[in-house]
Amino acid sequence: MSGVAEASLARPGAAAAGSSPRGQGRRGGGRVLLAQREFHPFEAGGETFVYLVPSAGVFRLDGAARGVLEALDAGPAAEEDLVASLGGRFGPERVRRSVRELREVRAVGVASQPPDPVPRVLPQAGFPLTTMVLNVTNKCNLACTYCYEYGEDKIVDTECSPAPNYMSEETARKSVDFMLAESGPLPVAHLTFFGGETLLNFKVLRKALAYAREKGREAGKRVECSLTTNATLLREDVIDWLVENDVGVTVSIDGPKEMQDKFRVFKNGTGSYAHVLPKIRMLIERHRTRPVGARVTLTRHTLDATRIFRHLREELGFWEVGFAPVTTADGRDYAIEDDGFARMLAQFEELAAGFLDCAVEGRHHGFSNVKDTLEEIHKGVSKAFPCGAGLGLMGVATDGEVALCHRFAGSGDHGIGSVDEGVDRKRQFEFLERHHVAHKTDCSRCWARPLCAGGCYHEAHVRYGDTGKANLHYCDWIRSWTDTCLKVYGEISVKNPDYLKRFDA
Amino acid sequence: MNHLKAVNQKAERIERHVAGDAMDVEALQSPMSGGPHIPLGCSLVFSPGWEVDASGGTAGLCQPVERDLFDCHLACFWPAHVPDQLNHAPDWTGKCASAQKDWRKIDLVFP
Repeated sequence: MSGVAEASLARPGAAAAGSSPRGQGRRGGGRVLLAQREFHPFEAGGETFVYLVPSAGVFRLDGAARGVLEALDAGPAAEEDLVASLGGRFGPERVRRSVRELREVRAVGVASQPPDPVPRVLPQAGFPLTTMVLNVTNKCNLACTYCYEYGEDKIVDTECSPAPNYMSEETARKSVDFMLAESGPLPVAHLTFFGGETLLNFKVLRKALAYAREKGREAGKRVECSLTTNATLLREDVIDWLVENDVGVTVSIDGPKEMQDKFRVFKNGTGSYAHVLPKIRMLIERHRTRPVGARVTLTRHTLDATRIFRHLREELGFWEVGFAPVTTADGRDYAIEDDGFARMLAQFEELAAGFLDCAVEGRHHGFSNVKDTLEEIHKGVSKAFPCGAGLGLMGVATDGEVALCHRFAGSGDHGIGSVDEGVDRKRQFEFLERHHVAHKTDCSRCWARPLCAGGCYHEAHVRYGDTGKANLHYCDWIRSWTDTCLKVYGEISVKNPDYLKRFDA
Repeated sequence: MNHLKAVNQKAERIERHVAGDAMDVEALQSPMSGGPHIPLGCSLVFSPGWEVDASGGTAGLCQPVERDLFDCHLACFWPAHVPDQLNHAPDWTGKCASAQKDWRKIDLVFP
């Protein structure tokens, strides 16, 4: 759409809040002036779409509806003006119907009406826990320099903390009881093991899962399990256990040798690639019950997502590869800044194009960043909170303290209870109240807020010292990436709509 | 919808919601099968008296607020707080030729 451009997004707010509402609404002999409301237009597969904000509905427009929105690009107009200017092209009745439909979905509204306030609805007390992340150890056998747990930006001093380095069997069992109790009426509970290096405490985690499955059966719940590992401690018997117990595995790995060995090093400084490669090959070859994924941390020095993807997906055979830029305070040597985000975006777009080609042909691709976003777009997620931390997801530290998520596990400042005493509802409520997207004024005019909602609490804490702050350092990046994913979604909806049914559930 | 096509699940929900809104007034319409569509009731006619103008007052409405008295009295079958003109008070507004000027002349009615 040539007319409805990015700049038009500011207009509805400007029209409503800028000059006198009375003048705007009643100008022109008492006629009601109409204006664009908040949406993000995009073109894909030769069609025009709008992503409505904040509802997150995606609609495809026909020529008349598109014509109406384009005409309103120039500013507010009365319906009769639109009929007069567009009636010749589309017919008066079609223009009127288009206006009505655009108003019904709130892509268009009365110019004098202020934008709807952001609804600040908090989840009901007792919101069930979907996923518990169990930090079975806070020790690691690698010394990745960028690590948020041990590196320059760590928030928990694991050396001096009174918390044990390894979770005890008893605490693990109590955690499982906590998880099953907090999962409320849900038929499935997700148990995720995390660290440190998770497999350093293999003894306890295998007992914890056996206990969880037994207690789950008694409670009539299925317990799904996954873990994240750096792959250094994978052995044949460990892999057999993962297979037999249907455990989903995510391997933290940064790519080919030179990238993996840049940061993911042992304590003596030697790279870990040569050590983990045969173990990963064995894992992928033998673990057939669940897809094995790779999780890549991107830094300024290892910023080659396309090459990393090809290596992990095609050469090593990971089923899925997901990327996340390194979490860091401003100014770190490995931080991605300025043009780094543009480079990362260009590579992500290249991978997204590959994803699109596969999706149109109904084939699997494996770039999980796109897949995850497509699922959220398909469902029309409009988030009150950026993620489920402190709500449907909680992290448990080695001493049984419950935190917002695994990244905060062990940090007293971000605790919301313990597995012994349960969730501290007052702290949880205060956290949710303070972190609602309605409080993030930076986000209030951003069309990407239904999906982003301000971004990761931990990132914000590391970057700004405040979990409640929006992650402004990557706003442009998020908007560009969301736009890319919307276009992929739109094109799939035109060329192979059946593909999207996999996200229906 | 003819000009917008719902693509994602949320858009389908919005579409169902909008269609649901339209169905809410079925009870106020003439029978759906056959016959002309004659809308009845204040929810289907423009009754600005219930609302306010752009400044929050009632002076700028295109019809006077007093017109509401007649809306509830003549056009609506909902049990409103006005006399029943069909059976008990057919002349309730007999002295009120112009609502805006004469509304004080409306009779008191005792059940």
